[in-house]
Amino acid sequence: MRWMWIDRIVEHDPGARLVALKNVSLAEEHLHDHFPDTPIMPAALIIEGVAQTSGIMVGAVNAFTEKVLLAKVAKVQLDRDAQPGDTLRYTATLDRIDDAGAATAAQVHLRSNEDGSDWECIGEVNLMFSHADQNMSGLDLPEENFVFGDNFRAILSASGLRPETV
Amino acid sequence: MTHDEIKAKVAEVLETALGCDEDEIVDDASLTADLGAESIDFLDIVFQLEKAFSTEAAPFKIDQGELFPEGIMDNPDWVQDGTITDQGMAMLSERMPHVDFSGFDGSVSKVGDLITVGALVSFVERKLQAAAA
Repeated sequence: MRWMWIDRIVEHDPGARLVALKNVSLAEEHLHDHFPDTPIMPAALIIEGVAQTSGIMVGAVNAFTEKVLLAKVAKVQLDRDAQPGDTLRYTATLDRIDDAGAATAAQVHLRSNEDGSDWECIGEVNLMFSHADQNMSGLDLPEENFVFGDNFRAILSASGLRPETV
Repeated sequence: MTHDEIKAKVAEVLETALGCDEDEIVDDASLTADLGAESIDFLDIVFQLEKAFSTEAAPFKIDQGELFPEGIMDNPDWVQDGTITDQGMAMLSERMPHVDFSGFDGSVSKVGDLITVGALVSFVERKLQAAAA
């Protein structure tokens, strides 16, 4: 499934917290170039995965009726690389939300899946989201909610979070 | 809370939200023109100010449009030919008592520059005083 950088939602406390997992696989083509002899999950795609995790949490607050757009990467700290075979866990918490948008904070954990390995916190990603219809008046935005499209519907549905209104 | 304590907290918020240096945060620095703030940064600043100045006993909540009135451009009574009308200026002065309008030429394109560090400190100070009254 293109451009989904989380595999499964494993916890959802509405309006407060959402946790998602991402399994890093050698079958992902970009790892062959990043880098040829040392495949590492690009940090930008970890941020995208956190943005999807956090964005779903923000969207769920208003039953996925708002167009929730990533507007600002406020803080990123990642202290360790993720390699094929590793699992990443993104734990997003809702810091603030109002009509205009939301602020989120997330922790990134990694499990190397070696014998007995446990989750290790490897960083944090704080983001800002805009509710596009409330902030971009004058811009010609489509009526339909293009943010929570087919790909999102599939993962939301698999996690019991199907947005009936989309 | 004293003026200096408020100023120090506002400066801390601006350093975090805009990534600017401490020495750039002076009273007459415009958030947009001098410190590079974009529209989403104002939401970030509002959220961080709410967090910085809220206490359990007294939540500090900034309503949408309170710091900066919304829909100015869309109102022909307030804006004509790219310039703020007298009626528009009266509205801005009433709704933005925290802003120093001296030197403002009424040009719509410069309205965003009116929010300075000093204006933000004054905004917080007025809100805290009003809440305590």
